Amino acid sequence: MALDGHTPGGPLAEKWDRHRFDLKLVNPANKRKHSVIVVGTGLAGSSAAATLAELGYNVKSFCIQDSPRRAHSIAAQGGINAAKNYQNDGDSVYRLFYDTIKGGDYRAREANVYRLAQESVNIIDQCVAQGVPFAREYGGTLANRSFGGAQVSRTFYARGQTGQQLLLGAYGSLMRQVHAGKVQLYARHEMLELVVIDGQARGIVTRDLTTGKIESHSADAVLLCTGGYGNAFYLSTNAKGCNVTASWRAHRRGAYFANPCYTQIHPTCIPVAGGFQAKLTLMSESLRNDGRVWVPEQSGDGRSPDQIPENERDYYLERRYPSFGNLVPRDVASRAAKQACDEGRGAGGTGRAVYLDFADAIHRDGEALIRQKYGNLFQMYEEITNENPYRTPMRIYPAVHYTMGGLWVDYNLMSNLPGLFVLGEANFSDHGANRLGASALMQGLSDGYFVIPYTLGGYIGGSPMQEVNTSHPAFVDAENEAKSRIDALLAVNGKRTVDDFHRELGLLLWDHCGMARNATGLTEARQRVREIRDEFWQNVTVSGSPGELNQALERAGRVADFMEFAETMIQDGLERDESCGGHFREEHQTEEGEARRDDENFAHVSAWEFNDVDKEPTLHKEALEFQNVALTQRSYK
Amino acid sequence: MSERKNCGGGCHHGASHEGAGSSGEPAERRLNEMSVRLRVWRQKSADDKGGFEEYDAPRLTKDMSFLEMLDVVNEDLQRQGDEPIAFDSDCREGICGTCSLVIDGVAHGHGRGTTTCQIYMRSFKNGATITIEPWRAKSFPVVRDLIVDRSAFDRIIASGGYNSVNTGSAADANATLVSQARSEEAFDAAACIGCGACVATCKNASAMLFVSAKVKHLNTLPQGQPERRERTVAMLKMMDDEGFGHCTNEFECEAVCPKEISVEHIAFLNREYLRSRLIATGLRPVVTEE
Repeated sequence: MALDGHTPGGPLAEKWDRHRFDLKLVNPANKRKHSVIVVGTGLAGSSAAATLAELGYNVKSFCIQDSPRRAHSIAAQGGINAAKNYQNDGDSVYRLFYDTIKGGDYRAREANVYRLAQESVNIIDQCVAQGVPFAREYGGTLANRSFGGAQVSRTFYARGQTGQQLLLGAYGSLMRQVHAGKVQLYARHEMLELVVIDGQARGIVTRDLTTGKIESHSADAVLLCTGGYGNAFYLSTNAKGCNVTASWRAHRRGAYFANPCYTQIHPTCIPVAGGFQAKLTLMSESLRNDGRVWVPEQSGDGRSPDQIPENERDYYLERRYPSFGNLVPRDVASRAAKQACDEGRGAGGTGRAVYLDFADAIHRDGEALIRQKYGNLFQMYEEITNENPYRTPMRIYPAVHYTMGGLWVDYNLMSNLPGLFVLGEANFSDHGANRLGASALMQGLSDGYFVIPYTLGGYIGGSPMQEVNTSHPAFVDAENEAKSRIDALLAVNGKRTVDDFHRELGLLLWDHCGMARNATGLTEARQRVREIRDEFWQNVTVSGSPGELNQALERAGRVADFMEFAETMIQDGLERDESCGGHFREEHQTEEGEARRDDENFAHVSAWEFNDVDKEPTLHKEALEFQNVALTQRSYK
Repeated sequence: MSERKNCGGGCHHGASHEGAGSSGEPAERRLNEMSVRLRVWRQKSADDKGGFEEYDAPRLTKDMSFLEMLDVVNEDLQRQGDEPIAFDSDCREGICGTCSLVIDGVAHGHGRGTTTCQIYMRSFKNGATITIEPWRAKSFPVVRDLIVDRSAFDRIIASGGYNSVNTGSAADANATLVSQARSEEAFDAAACIGCGACVATCKNASAMLFVSAKVKHLNTLPQGQPERRERTVAMLKMMDDEGFGHCTNEFECEAVCPKEISVEHIAFLNREYLRSRLIATGLRPVVTEE
């Protein structure tokens, strides 16, 4: 079945304006009569909850962390893009739009991306007013830097802690509304079920993670702002608590999952050190502005980096991509690192690393300036690896970082289930098959501050709905389902830990659905996921009881969902028989090893409908129409 | 406090720990190996009395983070059918402020400017006994084992830790210039991650460093001026209402702060408070004494 993204008509630059005019309004007195559930308190969730409460809606805000301020947006380092053109260097809304569409390898919806570029400028204004201490020039104006994949300086940043400062701004706005009584806050609460009544999303079932109590909450609309699924891979740069459960539970209730095979593997992470590893640490992409990436020219070169003379090094990004050099987009940089290591030219003891070398930058600018720019990152690197990057090159390797796929949404950010909206990383809509650096923060805040306040009003103002409360049988059913699932997890009483299964699943996905995929590997992996999942339900051990704080149980539920999700991810990777962005099918590459798209057959969004576990999902396609940009082979040479 | 041995040296690491990319040569690995003994605070719930229990943690490596070491211990406990040690952590890169352990009597452990998740086993001696406790403060009640309730911090922020600016009403970001020096000054305070180590280490369980960091951040910037006085007074009142103590200039907070937030902000806060009370018009003087 063809899906309709409900993109408004008219010229690209006027679509959003026209649409806002066409959307129904809810008058201020009536907004007070409506309630909205917002799940997640990262940039998208906090900004949406605060803004909707400011407008007068009654908001319930949920997060699994002990405080909304700890959502994983807090860890974003590099920056946030905006088409302010403060640097007078040729930027514009159209250029940000164009770079983002191209960076996503032409697999995103034009109208959404254009709106994102338009709203980007408002985000910076809003955040500065909140007190976000962005970097500034001596004269007091805002500073910018260029970031992976862009040739203009449009990235605003706050040292290496941009996500932290933006989230604290949104969190402050959220807490102001809590103080005003417009937001009810539920920290340490996990959404376990979506409740759908008469085809509309009308509430959720949650577990209080402190007491284990299962509770129902009803509302006129539900917003999922619950982040991405990167932790399916076990090892990623995501926080330990990041999970796909809220999205997957909604998917099981009918929401389509779009492009789940699109995963961003970030090129500059600290390499895996051992099997005990619990997570991977990102080193900001900004390091590539001054660091030069290289590997030994000869494979099997066991010398330490200081023993390898200049003419026996291969600065492969500069060699292969002379115009972008070390600043090529993430998918390109990651793949090039993998290729170098596959050729046996990897660095360090494991051979799964490349060098990121600051010697030239230190020679050119002095150690003091490098320390000023990257001091905290260098210190973090040294703490983790016990190596001093001022003296010896950093070792880096790609790691799972962000997921472009997510629940399918239309132009209004509404899923195929009326009343269910999906914002930020949890939706699929703006980054296509590859996200550019400093665009995640932009999208989360654009969705929350500037898109949902309009489109939610349009839905509420234009959709008749019956009064419901949590005694409705649909809530009782959903609660029972959540409870029986918990009981089932506790009843297995097997021998292997949840983490043990999670590691096995993660390694399987990394090997067969990671930086490079092929049909044979994916087919094998799909079979293997089913086997791991079967064993999980027969042999997992989950200690404790349901009615208490039980971290083993929390993890078990999330890993169980990853096990189901993983199969859809693989299925999508198998079905998308082309290479695009972060989805690299080895069967489809150019002679130089670059991704080869198949626009004839795959210029669409793949949205999967859940049928049952162990049953094939149904594929729905939304055709992507490009009326403003010409589809070209992405080139960064 | 009950003290009993629970887990003798029977912990084993199966093949499951040999995940992606295991490192180094066997000989190197032996050099890298270590073991420790843990004394851990266990407390079933807020109402439970709680006490220390001891665990052996053999076959660790020096490259493990402290929390990865606890992950390994917890997996072993679960394989034996025991309940794992409950502790908070999330980003594991020192920015979310979730992890919160007192290690050998020091909030976030020994090591300057680091959170618990940034402590590595190489900083401990092979064979050491390590004592692990939760944050201890009246305003941070224990939820379970090493997890405490820090929602009092959220309520302090709710009382005034923001600029009241509705979405959509902001002027162009470059309309108000802010000198680089001033912006950096605000940033130094804004870097607070709200972990609560300052409270945990303070003999008065004072939240002055936390409150002063937010007041300094916002009151330094031009955008924070309209609510400068109200914010200062309201946040301090909420701090008192939540049962946090007062500052008696021990400076323990700065010493353990993972972001090295300076106690100079506390002096700033005191000055802001005096100023607010002196020039407040129409504001009822707020009594902060008991």
